[in-house]
Amino acid sequence: MNIDSITNGIVIDHIKAGKGMELYKFLGLDAYEGSVALIKNVPSKKMGKKDIIKIDSLLDIDLNALGYIDPNITINIIKNEVRTEKYHPELPERITNIIRCKNPRCITSTEQELPHIFKLTDKVGPVYRCLYCETKAQ
Amino acid sequence: MRSVIDILDLSVSEIERLISVANDIIADPKKYSECCRGKKLATLFFEPSTRTRLSFEAAMYELGGNVIGFSESQSSSASKGESVSDTVKVVSYYADIIAMRHPKEGAPLVASLKAGIPVINAGDGGHNHPTQTLADLLTIKREKGTFDGLTVGLCGDLKFGRTVHSLINALSRYNNIKFVCISPDELRLPDYVRHASPQGNNMSFYETKDLEEVIGGLDILYMTRVQRERFFNEADYIRLKDSYILTPEKLKTAKNDLCIMHPLPRVNEISVAIDDDSRACYFKQVMYGKYMRMSLILMLLGITVS
Repeated sequence: MNIDSITNGIVIDHIKAGKGMELYKFLGLDAYEGSVALIKNVPSKKMGKKDIIKIDSLLDIDLNALGYIDPNITINIIKNEVRTEKYHPELPERITNIIRCKNPRCITSTEQELPHIFKLTDKVGPVYRCLYCETKAQ
Repeated sequence: MRSVIDILDLSVSEIERLISVANDIIADPKKYSECCRGKKLATLFFEPSTRTRLSFEAAMYELGGNVIGFSESQSSSASKGESVSDTVKVVSYYADIIAMRHPKEGAPLVASLKAGIPVINAGDGGHNHPTQTLADLLTIKREKGTFDGLTVGLCGDLKFGRTVHSLINALSRYNNIKFVCISPDELRLPDYVRHASPQGNNMSFYETKDLEEVIGGLDILYMTRVQRERFFNEADYIRLKDSYILTPEKLKTAKNDLCIMHPLPRVNEISVAIDDDSRACYFKQVMYGKYMRMSLILMLLGITVS
């Protein structure tokens, strides 16, 4: 299977096999009109199998938010066909409207317009808690 | 705009300042009797509360201010489906400060993000009740003179009791605090409360099911109610309920300067026979709660009295 190399863009590597589509949707790439490749079940020495996303543009997206979904992924930034950055996303301090608070006593359960915001309270785990009621994210 | 939603919104030095002002109000209430003249407190109580609402209202009146508000959601526009955000935006044009109680957890935080005036959380579901903790802290300070080095017994429902969780959070910022957690297995202190507390120097926890085993070593005994509905089966409730009722008999081995506290309302977890004991401080807590609310209102309105 051939995927063209990227001149300027982002390669999200070491995605846990099967999680690629979740990241694809999370990044809103289904609405993006440029070239994107979602490659599933690529053989990997380290992981056995992995998913990869290649975006043929340096999109302005919050890649660190990906750390909530899969902190082990690798983000590669490509400029003029050269990899200029390679890093693991940090756990975001806050995530908004990615997960919903399940606590029926939380104010978000009755006030539908409120954003569902979770804050990082413990990097081990990691543990995220609802900004409003402090219920642990499931 | 500064609001107080959680006791940890206040630093240790701010709590010291609040206590200092409250002590000054107690010493010379006249000095403060006009300092909120022209100011209005809005008490937005989306669920009924006797003690807390009256305490806030008494606090504002004793500062010379006025009070507007409602005491249940049925008498507010919430009954027409208005959001908390819209309600507080509107109230911001009528009042200078808000005290809010709401059955939904996090509602006062939402209010504080939207209101253009300070918001005090007067209780949000089973979540936070910071002014109760301020009342507890003033009681401890006045009765024991210090927060450091105290052995604090917490008895009853340590799982769902929000006042216990907030008190642990507040006290864990001081030195050498020993918490003695006295509860049935069903109502043990959740691990997350212990781990989420700011870690003070030499803070420790000891757990037991037996109040009489530990009562002799306590400086503070903070009682809470063991509620029937918290148990999975009736038999367990019946077996355990009397273990956590404080009686003169159980106080026999307690220290002479033990400080017995309770956030109230009490049902039967402290025998009325103890009310006249000099160690009973739970009604003083109510009084101190009003003074701490006065102190907090002054702080949030930026009013200083020389």
